Amino acid sequence: MGILFSFAVVIAIILLVFAGVGAGLNYLFAVILPYIAFLTFVIGLTYRVVNWGQSAVPFRVPTTGGQQTSLPWIRANKIDNPTTSYAVAARMILEVLLFRSLFRNTKTELREGPRLIYSSEKLLWLAALAFHYSFLVILIRHFRFFAVPVPMPIEFMEFIDSFFQVGAPLVYITNFVIVIALFYLLYRRIAMPQIKYISLPSDYFPLFLILGIAASGIIMRYFDKVDIVGVKQITMGLASFSPTIPDGIGIIFYIHLALVCTLFAYFPFSKLVHLGGVFLSPTRNLANNNRLARHVNPWDYPIKSRSYDDYENEFRDKMKKAGIPVEKE
Amino acid sequence: MATKAKPPKPDELSKISYTPPPKGWMDTPADFKPGLYCHGTRSKYLEAVGMPYPRDWSASETDWKLPDNWKEIVLEGIKERLQKYRTFHVFMDICVRCGACADKCHFFLGGGDPKNMPVLRAELLRSVYRKYFTTSGKLFGKAAGARELSTDVLREIWYYYFQCTECRRCSLFCPYGIDQAEITIIGRELLNLLGLNTDWIMGPVANSYRTGNHLGLEPHTIKANIEFMLDDIETITGHKIETTFNRKGAEILFIAPSGDLFGVPGNYVAMGELMLFHEIGLDYTWSTMACEGGNFGFFTSMEVAKKLYYKIYSEAKRLGVKWILGGECGHQWRLMNQYLDTWWGPADFLEVPVSPITGTRFENARGTRVVHITEFTADLIKHGKLKLDPSRNDHLKITFHDSCNTARAMGIFEEPRYIINQVCNHFYEMPESTIREKTFCCGSGSGLNAGENVELRMRGGFPRANAVKYVKDQFGVNMLANICAIDRAALPTLMDYWNPGVGVCGVHELLGNALVMKGEIERTLDLRTDPLPEKGGVE
Repeated sequence: MGILFSFAVVIAIILLVFAGVGAGLNYLFAVILPYIAFLTFVIGLTYRVVNWGQSAVPFRVPTTGGQQTSLPWIRANKIDNPTTSYAVAARMILEVLLFRSLFRNTKTELREGPRLIYSSEKLLWLAALAFHYSFLVILIRHFRFFAVPVPMPIEFMEFIDSFFQVGAPLVYITNFVIVIALFYLLYRRIAMPQIKYISLPSDYFPLFLILGIAASGIIMRYFDKVDIVGVKQITMGLASFSPTIPDGIGIIFYIHLALVCTLFAYFPFSKLVHLGGVFLSPTRNLANNNRLARHVNPWDYPIKSRSYDDYENEFRDKMKKAGIPVEKE
Repeated sequence: MATKAKPPKPDELSKISYTPPPKGWMDTPADFKPGLYCHGTRSKYLEAVGMPYPRDWSASETDWKLPDNWKEIVLEGIKERLQKYRTFHVFMDICVRCGACADKCHFFLGGGDPKNMPVLRAELLRSVYRKYFTTSGKLFGKAAGARELSTDVLREIWYYYFQCTECRRCSLFCPYGIDQAEITIIGRELLNLLGLNTDWIMGPVANSYRTGNHLGLEPHTIKANIEFMLDDIETITGHKIETTFNRKGAEILFIAPSGDLFGVPGNYVAMGELMLFHEIGLDYTWSTMACEGGNFGFFTSMEVAKKLYYKIYSEAKRLGVKWILGGECGHQWRLMNQYLDTWWGPADFLEVPVSPITGTRFENARGTRVVHITEFTADLIKHGKLKLDPSRNDHLKITFHDSCNTARAMGIFEEPRYIINQVCNHFYEMPESTIREKTFCCGSGSGLNAGENVELRMRGGFPRANAVKYVKDQFGVNMLANICAIDRAALPTLMDYWNPGVGVCGVHELLGNALVMKGEIERTLDLRTDPLPEKGGVE
C-alpha cells in the first residue's frame, strides 16, 4: 500500500507540473517554489538540528566497539573505543564518510542443526555509499549553473566523473550509479520480507522522488535536450535575486525542478534529517572516558535515598549480634 | 498468579520462521503469549520506593486499572524526556529503517516475532511520538507512520519493551548508532509512570533499597554466607581465611554483585576472590550495605537507579577507604563506567587507585576511582605476583562469553581473556560474529531472568547457546566462563536447555582453582568441592 501511495504522489507532482506550466504558471514553478523550497530546507533543517542540540546529554553513553584503554600493556582500540576528542573525531569521520557501522553488517541464516550462520553482507553498505556519493557529486556538479565562470574544482570533478567518456555530451558515471543504487534500495524494500514489513510510505517516497529527479535529469541531458543557456539564465537569475524566465524551455526541466523543490521542502520533515542527526548521535560522538573525566548532567536534581543511619537503625541488633561494627552502640 | 508455562522442547523451539505475517504491524495488536512475559509488579514493591500508582494488576488481563489520565501522563512523559535525553530525541527522528539491525537482535533470531526487530520495537514508540510531536505525523497520520496512543498500543509497548535486554547489539550495527537500549530504558520509564513494572524487577529494587542487595540479604546473613564460603576454602586449601565487614580504614572497598554471595555458581567466584585477596594480603573490606554492584533500578527509571546507587560512594566515604574494587558483574559495570560519577561524583574523597601489590596506578579510573577486578587481577598476573597452576583446570575446556554491558558499554575484552589464558590450558573462542563487541546476550538481562518467562529466555539465549554448541561440538567445550552475575544465574538454565553438559563459571573461580597459595595443602578438590581429576588428565 505504502509503495503505491508514494509512487502515486510522485506521479501527481509531475502531472501538476504539466497542468501548471500548461496554464502558464511558469513563474510559480521556476521562481516562487524554488525560493520557498530552499528556505524551507535551510530554516527547517537548521531548526531540527538546533532543536536536537537543545536536548540535554545527561549521561555519556557511547557504544563501545573495541578494547578499552586500561592497562598499558593491553592494546586498546582507540577508534572504536575512543577516549580522546581526536579519536572521537576519527570515529565520526569514518562513520560519516565511509558508513563504518554499516560496513560491519552481517546476514544471519538458520540452518539444519539448528545452526545459526553469520556471513558478511556488504551490499547495503555498497548501495548506500554509492547512492550518497553519487548524490553529492551530482549536487556539486550542479553548482555550475550558479556560477560564471564555472569554478575549476567543479570542472575537475566533471572531468573525473566522465572519465570513461568519448564524444559528447559527456556521460557522467554518477548518473548511472545513482539510478542503480536507488533501484537496489527500492528492491530491498520490495523483495526482502523483513524490510518490506518495516517500510513506511515515508521510506518509499524519497526513493521514488529521487528516482524521478535522476530520470528527469538524465532525459533532459541525453534525450529530450533542453535549452541549456536558458536554464542557466533561470538559475543565475535565482542566485542573483533577479529572476528571469526565458521562453521555450522544455517541460522536462520544470518537472525536474519541481521534484527537486519537493525534495528540499520535504527534507526537514522526513527521515532525511539523518543528514544532520548522524553528527548528534550520543552513542557515536562521545568518548568512553567516564572513569577518567567527569560528565555533568545538566538537569540533575537532588533525590533522597536511604541513608546508612536508617539502614543501621533497622539492622543494628542483628549486626551487633553478628559482630559487624556499628556506628552507634 | 499464572502458573509457569513450560517451554517447548528445543527441537520444537528452534523451528523459527523469520518471515513476517502478511498483515501490517500497526493492525496486529500484541498477543500476550504465556512464557514470553513476566508478572506485573505487586503494589508493595512500588510503595517501598515511593513510585506512582501502586495497585495489584495482572498483565494477562486487558484491564490494567490505569489512572484516568494515563494518556496525558505518557504524553507529558515523552515531552519531558525529549528535552532531557538527546539520545531519545535524535533516535525518534533519524531512523531510516534500513533494517541493518533487524537480524542482530537475539530475541528476533530466537523467536522470529517481527516486533522484536530493533527497528520495529523502536517504531512502536516512534509511531506515537510522530502522532503527537511531529508536523507530518499530525497532518498525515498513518501515511507518515503515526498512530494514536491507545490501551492496545500501551500494552504492546509493555509486552515488547520487556522483551528487550538493553544489550546494545543493534546499536553497534546501526549506521547512526541508534541504541534500542536507550529507547527501551525510556520506554520503561514511561511505563513506570503508570506503575507498570514487572514483579521480577520491582522485587529486587525494593529489596535493594532496604538491604542494599537484590536478594534482600540482611547484614548478618551476608556475613554468614561468606563465612560458609571460608569454611569451604579451608576444606579445599587448608587455610583458615579471615575477612572483614564494614571495617573503617581499610584501603579498598570491594563491591561484588550480591548473586556471588548467595547462589551457585556465583559463590565460587566470591571464593576465588576471597582466596586471591588473602594470598596477596590485600587490605580490603566488604560493606554489608554497599553489598550489591548490580542495580535493577536501571531497568525501572533513571531516578530509581540513581537512588539505589547512593550507597556506593557514601559507604566508601563512611568507611574511609582509598578506592573501590568492583566485582564480576555486567550491568554493574555499565553503571560504574557510564553513570556512577555523573550521579554521585565527584569521588574527590577517594584516591586515584594504585595496586598496593604491583604499584600500578590505574590511570583509566582516575576519575571514578573504581577498578574492575579483572583489570586488577590481570595486572597482578602480568607482574608475576601470583603462582598459578593452570593444570588444575585441565578437566575444563573453556570458552568465554562477553557480557553485553562490559562489551558494548565499556570494552573490557582482553583482561578476562588474559586471566583465563594464564589459569587454564584449554581455552577456545566462539565464532567471531558472536564474541567481543558482537557478543550475544544471555537472553535474560535487564531484569528478564524470571521463572514465568522461561520460553522467552530460551529463545533470546538461542544465538548465544548456538555459538556455545559450535565450540562444544568442535572442541569438546564443557565450561562457559563469564564476568557477569546475571550470566551465572541465567546461563546454567540456558545450557541445560540447549547444550546439556556445559557448565557455567566466573573467571575468578578458575583463578581460585589455579591459585597456588603459600602453605596450602595439596589440592584434591576444586572450588566446587568436587574431586580434582588426575593432574594432566584432560578428562
